[in-house]
Amino acid sequence: MANIPAPEGRRHRTRLHNRTLNWLRNPVHSIGAAALLFLAYTIVWPVLKIAYTTFVWRQQDVRLTGAANPGHFTLYHWTRVLASDMSASLFYKPILNSLAVGATVSALSLVIGCSLAWLVTRTDIPLKRTISFLAVIPYLLPAWILSQAWLTFFKNGKIGGTPGILQSLLHVSPPDWLSYGFVPIVISLSIHDSVFFFLIVGAALSSMNSQLEEAASVAGARRLTVLRRIVMPLVLPSILSGFILIFTKAISSYGVPALLGTPVNFYMISTMLYSSMRSRLTTEANVLSLTLMLISMLTIYLNQRAVGRRRSFVTVTGKGSARRLTPLGPWRFPAATAAALIMAAVAVVPLLVLLAQSFMLKEGVYRLSNFTTHYWWGGSDPDINTGEKGVMQNPIFLLALKNSLYIAGAASVVASVTGLVLGYIVARGRQSWLGRAVDQVSFLPYLIPGVSLSELYISMFAKPTLFIPALYGTIGLLILITVVKELPFTVKAGSAAMMQIGTELEEAAQLGGASWLTRFRRILLPLNRKSLVSVFLLVFIGAMKEMELIIMLVTPRTETLTTLTFYYAEKCYEQLTNVILMIIIAIVVAVYAVAVKLGKADLTQGIGGQ
Amino acid sequence: MTAIELKDIQVRLQQKQVLDGIDLTIEQGDFITFLGPSGCGKTTLLRTIAGLQRADGGTIRIGGREVANGDTDYHMEPSKRGLSLVFQSYALWPHMTVFENVAFGLQVRRLAKADVKRSVQNALEKMRIPELSGRYPGELSGGQQQRVAIARAIVTQPDILLLDEPLSNLDAKLRVEMRAELKRLHQELNTTIIYVTHDQHEALSLSTRVAVFFGGRIVQTDKPRQLYKHPRTLQVADFIGSGGLHTNRLEGVIALESGRAWLKTPVAAIALEEAGLAALREVVLTIKPEDIRLYDRQGPDRVTAEVEAVFPSGAETLVQLNAGGAAMMARVIGDADYEPGAVLYADLRKEQMNFYDKRTGMRLENVAPIIEPTGGYAS
Repeated sequence: MANIPAPEGRRHRTRLHNRTLNWLRNPVHSIGAAALLFLAYTIVWPVLKIAYTTFVWRQQDVRLTGAANPGHFTLYHWTRVLASDMSASLFYKPILNSLAVGATVSALSLVIGCSLAWLVTRTDIPLKRTISFLAVIPYLLPAWILSQAWLTFFKNGKIGGTPGILQSLLHVSPPDWLSYGFVPIVISLSIHDSVFFFLIVGAALSSMNSQLEEAASVAGARRLTVLRRIVMPLVLPSILSGFILIFTKAISSYGVPALLGTPVNFYMISTMLYSSMRSRLTTEANVLSLTLMLISMLTIYLNQRAVGRRRSFVTVTGKGSARRLTPLGPWRFPAATAAALIMAAVAVVPLLVLLAQSFMLKEGVYRLSNFTTHYWWGGSDPDINTGEKGVMQNPIFLLALKNSLYIAGAASVVASVTGLVLGYIVARGRQSWLGRAVDQVSFLPYLIPGVSLSELYISMFAKPTLFIPALYGTIGLLILITVVKELPFTVKAGSAAMMQIGTELEEAAQLGGASWLTRFRRILLPLNRKSLVSVFLLVFIGAMKEMELIIMLVTPRTETLTTLTFYYAEKCYEQLTNVILMIIIAIVVAVYAVAVKLGKADLTQGIGGQ
Repeated sequence: MTAIELKDIQVRLQQKQVLDGIDLTIEQGDFITFLGPSGCGKTTLLRTIAGLQRADGGTIRIGGREVANGDTDYHMEPSKRGLSLVFQSYALWPHMTVFENVAFGLQVRRLAKADVKRSVQNALEKMRIPELSGRYPGELSGGQQQRVAIARAIVTQPDILLLDEPLSNLDAKLRVEMRAELKRLHQELNTTIIYVTHDQHEALSLSTRVAVFFGGRIVQTDKPRQLYKHPRTLQVADFIGSGGLHTNRLEGVIALESGRAWLKTPVAAIALEEAGLAALREVVLTIKPEDIRLYDRQGPDRVTAEVEAVFPSGAETLVQLNAGGAAMMARVIGDADYEPGAVLYADLRKEQMNFYDKRTGMRLENVAPIIEPTGGYAS
């Protein structure tokens, strides 16, 4: 770079050379480009590929119709799904069921979650800590535990096995609509998902300055008017984002409808997707996946339209202002008791029932002589469950336990660090197209239902491509899919955490001569510790109870606790199912307790950031 | 010796021209202040020199070495430029102790542990805070944090120290204290210091030279005394005069009468040296409050003025006057006991007057009042 007047051509070359160097030296660019490649390969490419397969003839189609011409364009698969004699059962009924379940669950969760959030954050209700602790418990459990508990109570003779508690006590067979299908699915999902509303809306409410409310009441507004005109509009963005979160979760949920819906042929898109995959209708399954994605996208789009510029409300709120609580007057104690009782009934009772069940030799027989530890650590007995051993004795259980812990542990570490790195790109690269691209693309897995994503990954990683080995059947694939599926959340949390850290802190280190890696390791990582631990915790809990994402990917070698539970549940080995559920819960609660204690993780903050 | 040489620096941020053709030479050992209102580009220039911001055009040489060239798009790493920056927010790493904060730059350079310890101790002693070494930034007061930030900047013994509004987050008392500290530090370290501020007091009292910024350009670079006495443009005069220092402005027109050039203002007509002045040119005259003397009695060259308000502030008193419909402020040392409504006689010191073209706002260097005992004024 000497100051010698250089010929024009050489100067141009130097300039180009320096330009490239500058571009690469910026971590946002170099890491962002790598991140974008990764995202493109793990998210965009599979979606495009799957979309492509729905438009071409497959080799197998030759057997179905003479018109098939493998490798060429066709709308055959789409017409088959959308307009053929099987469309009603394959597509229209499931999709209507999905939408109905999604809308009802969102509405119900909204009512439960918001009222609870309001009670806990804005009123003088006693037992606040207990109530909010109880409210988080369902989140720590897989949603289908509630289904399992539901069946224990309300099962009727339809699917065989021993009847539920209700029938054995009252000797009345509960009607099908109460035992299976829409009603129990909606109830289990709502109980599980209302915690999201509770946390998201609770966060918005608690950061709202109560002077806003006071100003309204000084102006002469009555309490209901204040709620309607001031509080509601302010938390509306949070409510809407909670609504779509739950809607997209509900329409793509698999475990609950599989347990409660299939006995009465109540299919949702996700369960239909799974059974199409099972019956080798892969292309039709792909079409279903795409429609499910489209619905999710449409929901998000509508939300963006609705919230749009209002989104900023949440951040307008001041901090540190004293909060004045609404007095409940004579309703204080009744409200607290009712809330705590309902929470306990929803969170604790199912657990206790399932725990008790796991010690019962025969279901539904409430006598001391019926007590057994057989299902926990008994040996093989041909009279019970066709000789299936107690869980602790079962080598498959030990393998599944090991796999589960390994997957959850590895995935949560990788996911939280990936989230932080990508979050860095998003936060620091807001001005550049790369940062925005990473932001947008990392949000995509949110739109891809778990069952669809795993379906994509089966076809992607069945055989080796380039330098990537065939991951199907390995633990690595299960970790990868967990990391990818959690990206929307981890990147959001990571970028939110990074935004909190002023660029000057990094620039100060840069001036000191620290490379990006040193800056990340010594400045950014320690400063983000709290958010990192929260993300780790959430991913870990999510992975421990994850099922729809991996159920299609597991092989006997990669069996996990959840898939094992599901296998037992499908075989009607109720007690064995319950034993493993109890173990999953114990692990989740233990990790939660340790992380909260040691890492000062904040679960509420993590979810609220989504 | 030349420490920094800036040539035609151009910086655009989001399609907005923030710096436009900055030329500046800074000598070794200078304490130069970048002064200007917020948004004038002074911090951007500081960041460009540090290498945190890229120059889109122009060159920067530090110690004779080219560190940035906008035309070849060459930008040397900030850490290789031999300078340190103290951020406005201090940017102390909250998860590290004071010692770790200060030691960071040395550790990154892989210095031996003992050397690191010695240098850090040294820097902390220079900033007179060795006892804080084990504390975390969150446990320190604003002034202490400031000292830590400076210690961190000087521990690597940079040739150039950049300070970005370092006193703006401190309260008034601490600010005075830190000002003295910075002056001492400059004398002790003998490094080149670039100091960014929007506070005229700080700029005038600390620096050996001041560069005044407006709209992405340097309007004037001068010694503080010179800047105060002869601001080059009306804009600069107003800026220097704001914030309690105050500048009186009188508008007038040049007239050629009885073989002489006169500046006719509402207060008085002032005879000017003949220097090819065009008639009817609109001129603004500025005079500082301390250059107006007040008398009880009429005398030669005095104008009549009525007291409108009195603002005593202990050591000095500002007197607001009305002379011929024009408002003027006079500064009197000590306690002046004037009643509003009283009529006084003001002597405007002609040798301290500055004249500006009203249209361009540029100082008219060829306009000078005739300074002689009598006959300067005509009423």
